[in-house]
Amino acid sequence: MNPSVDALRATFGNAIGRALESCGDTIVYVGRDALLDVMAWLRDTPGHTYDYLVDVTAVEYRDRERPLEVVYGLRSLSRRADLRVKVELDSQGDLTVDSVVPLWRGADWLEREVYDMFGITFRGHPDLRRILMWETYAEGYPLRKDFPLRGRFSRAEQVRQALAASPEAHYSMEELSIADAYEELPADMKERLRRGTRGELPDSE
Amino acid sequence: MKRVLETKHVSGQSPNYLLAKFQDLVDWAVNASRANSLWPMPFGTACCAIEFMATAASRYDFARFGMERQAFSPRQADVLICAGRLPFKLASVIRRIYDQMPQPKWVISMGACASTGGIFDNYAMVQGIDTIVPVDVYVPGCPPRPEGLLYGVLLLHKKIKGESLFDHVPRREEQPLDDRGLRLPPEQIDEISEPFGNSVHQFRSA
Repeated sequence: MNPSVDALRATFGNAIGRALESCGDTIVYVGRDALLDVMAWLRDTPGHTYDYLVDVTAVEYRDRERPLEVVYGLRSLSRRADLRVKVELDSQGDLTVDSVVPLWRGADWLEREVYDMFGITFRGHPDLRRILMWETYAEGYPLRKDFPLRGRFSRAEQVRQALAASPEAHYSMEELSIADAYEELPADMKERLRRGTRGELPDSE
Repeated sequence: MKRVLETKHVSGQSPNYLLAKFQDLVDWAVNASRANSLWPMPFGTACCAIEFMATAASRYDFARFGMERQAFSPRQADVLICAGRLPFKLASVIRRIYDQMPQPKWVISMGACASTGGIFDNYAMVQGIDTIVPVDVYVPGCPPRPEGLLYGVLLLHKKIKGESLFDHVPRREEQPLDDRGLRLPPEQIDEISEPFGNSVHQFRSA
């Protein structure tokens, strides 16, 4: 069992649910409301430092009694340790959980994918849009168990809606332009870009 | 023309005889040039694209059949080769590519998935690209071997050589989407997309 689990229990008490070990990986269940605090603690506390978010995904089980789970894979690059954090959401209730994008920028598209496939809303996400299906997709959330394999609409209706979608609508110019993200880059990368020949960059001074 | 008609060789023939001969000659020349200098626009989405690349490479080399220049711009292409399954998200893309190609144009649907949806009978996949663009040659296989694609190209040659410039039927009219935004009537799309083979055992959605 990963020693981080006991440290989490000592710090957060009841917010930490059960923990188990599966195939050598430790899984710890965290209450929905405490998620952001727990994640920030795991990332920043010396001795734990899970600084790399491997993946965000979700699971719905065939057993309708079981809740949906949002799964976070964490890794500490310096300590070479893994921890899997899960949040349980009642599938009949409110499917909302705090976004971890403020902690890991890389969670942006991962959470968009979970939103696209499962309909789980991430509170505080900067740009929560569908990412795999097109944005006007109206049939629901394909990886939910109540979603029929062939989709809800007839094939003709699916073709009609797919043809009506604009091929250019998937990307915003902000997404494609590194110049807009320039201010948020780390200082060393800014310096490298400034010295390089990658075209005009906005003045940061 | 009058003097030609009065010569011994064609006297007694209808004047249409010469005209028909002339049309045959023009058709032969035009079709031979079209068929033997096809410019393919590869639209590779999956494993079929690997076989397509093998067909284009030196061992199979479809440049032998006039497809020397691959056009990666639809505006300078004759044949759209859809190699691989087509997700619904790419439906509007392939339709736009087809619309951008100049006339005359042909489409080869390469592989089981492009032709029928193949093993992907699910919510995300177009069940045959003929619901989106008109298809001239279907190449079966999963994926087809290069010989299969070459056979499809040769069939397309045959088809092109059977066409005529002088048909009054608007053979290669632009085929815009109708006011519903579809190429075919909805019933026909549903019929084309019916499950078959193993996928009939899945539960139905619509």
